[in-house]
Amino acid sequence: MTEEFPTIQGAVCPIPLPHQEKIMLGHGSGGKMSHNLIQKYFLPALTNPILSVGDDSAVVQLTSNTDIARLALTTDSHVVWPLFFPGGDIGRLAICGTVNDLAMVGAIPLYLTVGFILEEGLEIGILERILQSMQEAAHESGIIIVAGDTKVVQHGKADGLYINTSGVGQINPNIHVSGANAQPGDVVILSGSVGDHGIAVLQARGELGFDSEITSDIAPLNQLTQAMLSVCPDIHVLRDPTRGGLATSLNEIAHQSKVGIIVKESDIPVRPAVAVACEMLGFDPLYIANEGKLIAIVPEDAQGIILSTMQKMKYGESSRVIGRVVADYPGKVLLITGIGSTRILDALSGELLPRIC
Amino acid sequence: MQTDYRDERLVQGVIEEIHKLTTQPWVLMEICGGQTHAIMRYGLDQLLPSKIELVHGPGCPVCVTSLELIDKALAIASSPGVVFTSYGDMLRVPGSGRDLFSIRANGGDVRVVYSPLDAVKIAQQYPDRQVVFFAIGFETTAPANVMSILQAKRLGLKNYSVLVSHVRVPPAIRAILTSPGNRVQGFLAAGHVCAVMGYWEYPAISELFHVPIVVTGFEPVDILQGILMTIKQLEHGEARTENGYPRIVTFDGNQPAQAIINQVFTECDRKWRGIGLLAGSGWCLRPEYAEFDAELRFSVNQIQPEESPICIAGQILQGLKKPKECPAFGTLCTPETPLGATMVSSEGACAAYYRYSLRSQ
Repeated sequence: MTEEFPTIQGAVCPIPLPHQEKIMLGHGSGGKMSHNLIQKYFLPALTNPILSVGDDSAVVQLTSNTDIARLALTTDSHVVWPLFFPGGDIGRLAICGTVNDLAMVGAIPLYLTVGFILEEGLEIGILERILQSMQEAAHESGIIIVAGDTKVVQHGKADGLYINTSGVGQINPNIHVSGANAQPGDVVILSGSVGDHGIAVLQARGELGFDSEITSDIAPLNQLTQAMLSVCPDIHVLRDPTRGGLATSLNEIAHQSKVGIIVKESDIPVRPAVAVACEMLGFDPLYIANEGKLIAIVPEDAQGIILSTMQKMKYGESSRVIGRVVADYPGKVLLITGIGSTRILDALSGELLPRIC
Repeated sequence: MQTDYRDERLVQGVIEEIHKLTTQPWVLMEICGGQTHAIMRYGLDQLLPSKIELVHGPGCPVCVTSLELIDKALAIASSPGVVFTSYGDMLRVPGSGRDLFSIRANGGDVRVVYSPLDAVKIAQQYPDRQVVFFAIGFETTAPANVMSILQAKRLGLKNYSVLVSHVRVPPAIRAILTSPGNRVQGFLAAGHVCAVMGYWEYPAISELFHVPIVVTGFEPVDILQGILMTIKQLEHGEARTENGYPRIVTFDGNQPAQAIINQVFTECDRKWRGIGLLAGSGWCLRPEYAEFDAELRFSVNQIQPEESPICIAGQILQGLKKPKECPAFGTLCTPETPLGATMVSSEGACAAYYRYSLRSQ
């Protein structure tokens, strides 16, 4: 392998495995390793123009008549552990994750299917609690669960249970939301504090080493997005910053839209308990997963009406402007730090690891 | 998180003072990787006078852990029945051809712990398995690592051991100052190391090499304060050891912590990745605690790999070169495909440049 790098002089380090032969946990982090896996293996193998768009849901046109609503389709698998954590559980997550993927392309979520992989030995009582939670979340969002499948695997072959959900939704003809639509001059809005979900799950795993009042922010965001689209059908981008956090989602948008995005650190809300937990563990809250927040990129002249609409909604009360889209630095996200300097805000690389000291 | 030590006006105040004071070019080294990251993360280098050059020191424990020890860790972690525990950052560091991630992907039981005491708990939970903790780090992590050994001894655990790779800051500063290519004129000493050890070892170095050393913290205001104090000395032709982090650090340091370190560890020679063997620069287990030595328990002493000649991490760790001067930086060498430890660790200088620096991209 050294022959590939003939121009480099000096003597020190070995070349590590680039992890191209086996799947690593980092491939599921939602960061650059996940992105590379999709670009290098999934897209070439399964490619078509609809899949290649790279938004949270696929958007398909059922007839050539563009006055008729389009269909949004998405699927999402949930393997969170533990199954229950402060503020939610795997069932609520499975419904909200798919509902939100539909909502982020401007769709009204309609129907949902559920696939369960259950581990031998799982207590029926746990399954009942999760089903109850799924029904509550479906009711809250208005989506209807219309089909399901169950498989059971041997003890030790799954972590209690895994859930896959797939959903369809309807996109009205005047709505065109996509990660590729951000334009210079647009305003970046964030619907609330970041990092709550990821830290709540770490806490439930007992990994914080202390107790806190942090709860997950899991929520269905479709009512919020519908209210926003009703006052401004011309919203350019919607995205929920899940795995990889706010930083990674902003990078995806900058990349898809070929624009630069500048955000101001002091405008990004982080709950004090989340900030403290991150400080102690050496995490950056901008890379921690959220499950009930959204980023909206909107035309500057619509910012007032959209913000006031969001702030009246349950899951958008703390919405605020955090930055702008610019023509410079295409594909990059810049952060204006709390002390006034500017730096790159990169996407998450692989697995999120705590620092040593 | 907003604290006074990140206050924009306070930062601006110190920056102005530094600008007023600086009349000629100076080269400073921040020892600690945590400081390097704070400098890049807050863009402090953008605010300083162009006459001040910051070079990044060897104070990233992940970066300086020798290939030999990493290979030993990999050998132990892939042994049957072993639970290998480590601080998270170490999982990414390449040994010869593989890393702890690949051991885990191949079925090895590799677990991230936040504290070595968690590793002791795992040893209690699994009495029929060997639990090993990768005890790396500078003086900062030594007390916790030592505590885990004392705790295991107290509990009579026969299935707990540590792979020790401890390094110490003062011998590294001496090595840098005696290196023929040295350009460093003043040091920001690592605040958290001094919180444990105090700074009684440093005045002799200041005097011998006529170099200012300022104990420095990690918040933007702390780092700038350290720079200001160092520049002030340099501009006045002084060379003392000063404490710029008095809210955390005392001259004598944390004496109970030093006492338990001395009880369990003894000074030894240590190989630093990219720098080489430095006499008396490490800590090893005292013979009385040999039963907790993973190297003996797993007979991995014969592992002695060769470094292959690819990246310039060694010169970066010694402050001789900057990440941007490496032809592979950001192209062949990125955090996803690192060629060297300085790109692998989140505290490594290359990773800090790659993540945060506008000028480098």
